[in-house]
Amino acid sequence: MEAIHWHSFFFLLFALVACGGAVAVVASANIVRMAVYLVVSLSAVAGLFFLAGADFLGAMQLMVYVGGTLVLLVFGVMLTARGPLVSLHTTARQWLMALLIGGALAAVLLQTVLGVSSWSGGGQQAAMESEVMSRTATPLGLGLMGVRIDSLDPALAATGQHPAEMSGYLLAFEIISVHLLVVLIGAAYLARAKRDLREVAAEEYAATSPPDPRPPAPGP
Amino acid sequence: MNAGIADFLIWITKLSPPWQWTAYTVAALIEVVLLLTIVMLSVAVFIWMERKVAARIQDRLGPTRVGGRFGWLQSPADGLKLLCKEDIIPAGADRLLFRLAPYVSFAAAFSVFLAIPMASGWVAARLDTAVFFVLAVAGLEVFGVLLGGYSSGSKWSLYGAMREAAQVVSYEIPLGMCVVVPVLLAGTMDLVAIGDAQAGWANRWFLLHDPFTFATFWIYITCATAGVNRAPFDLPEAESELVAGFMTEYSGFRWSIFMMAEYTAMFVVAALAAILFLGGWNGPVPVARLLGLVPGPATRPYLALAMTGAANLLGLANLLVKVYVGVMFMMWLRWTLPRLRIDQVMTTCLKYCVPLASIMLAGVMLWMFFFPGGLCGWVFSWVRM
Repeated sequence: MEAIHWHSFFFLLFALVACGGAVAVVASANIVRMAVYLVVSLSAVAGLFFLAGADFLGAMQLMVYVGGTLVLLVFGVMLTARGPLVSLHTTARQWLMALLIGGALAAVLLQTVLGVSSWSGGGQQAAMESEVMSRTATPLGLGLMGVRIDSLDPALAATGQHPAEMSGYLLAFEIISVHLLVVLIGAAYLARAKRDLREVAAEEYAATSPPDPRPPAPGP
Repeated sequence: MNAGIADFLIWITKLSPPWQWTAYTVAALIEVVLLLTIVMLSVAVFIWMERKVAARIQDRLGPTRVGGRFGWLQSPADGLKLLCKEDIIPAGADRLLFRLAPYVSFAAAFSVFLAIPMASGWVAARLDTAVFFVLAVAGLEVFGVLLGGYSSGSKWSLYGAMREAAQVVSYEIPLGMCVVVPVLLAGTMDLVAIGDAQAGWANRWFLLHDPFTFATFWIYITCATAGVNRAPFDLPEAESELVAGFMTEYSGFRWSIFMMAEYTAMFVVAALAAILFLGGWNGPVPVARLLGLVPGPATRPYLALAMTGAANLLGLANLLVKVYVGVMFMMWLRWTLPRLRIDQVMTTCLKYCVPLASIMLAGVMLWMFFFPGGLCGWVFSWVRM
């Protein structure tokens, strides 16, 4: 009997659950059930993060997506449960659009994954190459905070490709944040019922006050 | 202790495959069974305690007959009764989600124990970000309640679930801010390290570090009580207005799983309060150190293992006493204070808890900057001058 590779076993388990949940989201017609299947899928992705030793990312996934976004989603559905939203039927046009966008994304991801030379049987040499060329998210994250660490690289600075005074993406990042805030306020404003409070009060008064008990005045 | 576990893991890897497989499974089962035992026994005791505390506060005796004295077999009797009840699913319910909901709640409440240390180093999985993991997973309990309330097909359940969502999502904000304070003081999110940072006499507890942490502790208690839907914040159940809130349509064993989730969540927040503010497994007096249970470099390995084991048993007792006192405090609150209205609940959270928690956070930062030795260190240095 061969030794069981627990990592592979749990990776396959979580990956299957994640993909199964995703398929169930697409196949389901009830929006609350969709939310539940999405919870299953996203929790399985969190499990993958835990399996990879990225505890913080896994907990973040659970907190932001499962505990935050999806709770708000179900909350919103419960508030508006008596509408056309409860059961969604996907039209052929939507299927086509979704397939196009999803297929394009899958193609990009597949190409990237297959492009990693150390995974296509290149062996030790390829693994060392990828170690040298390895890119992490750190430069990007620092770039969003306004620091370009690649401008500190003396070799690149000497060639003139990366001048030292190059700035990060702080301004763009801030503009996007403010833009999101504006969108949020705009959505809240549009969703608000635009009715005068005095009109509402008058209507309520008219609906609740008893009809005039006096008989109509007799004519002359 | 940790050295012993490491030796054991190395020993496991040297076994032949089938035995290795068995050994891993047994090792995992031992941890799960230990945790289940502690949690489930505590839940049974909590339910009995709730009856007794409620009775005493209302000038009654509570259960006295089941099991002879004090009614100590009341919880098993309740469990048997619930098992024998009819399991009803309403006609208008979403059957799949209705069945799923109690398990989601309980699984979320129980999974938290994966990262909660019961004594220094006695933890199922030691995570660097244990505090964050605990908050994230404990926050998933609301999802079970939401599903239960929605899938019941009853307006009472729906109202209860909506109140739950509004309440829990709001109270997570001040709760998170309160939890950041001990993380700041200890400089880590590892619960084991946070507990160990408070080793020594009671003045080392983060509760007594400075006035701001003292106030933060009470804000934490308020938010935690609201987070686990206990009175005076039990609006999702609100039996005087909503029959039983989100649990209205549940009966028998499914209902009892929701109750188990509630009492497990109480254990979680009480244990978190104990570890973050009340020294965790360190008692007010460092008994283990005074008894000489700290192994030195010259101690023989097996003796050192026994000594840490004994010290950790004392620590476990310490932690459990603190958890039980915390849960008792929540019961005392429940039977003393009247239930708030929903707008009062939201006002308490957004107008009082959030600003106060922010002020306390800033205050603790300033205190750490100006008086790094904490309150007692500051007083001592002042006395010496």
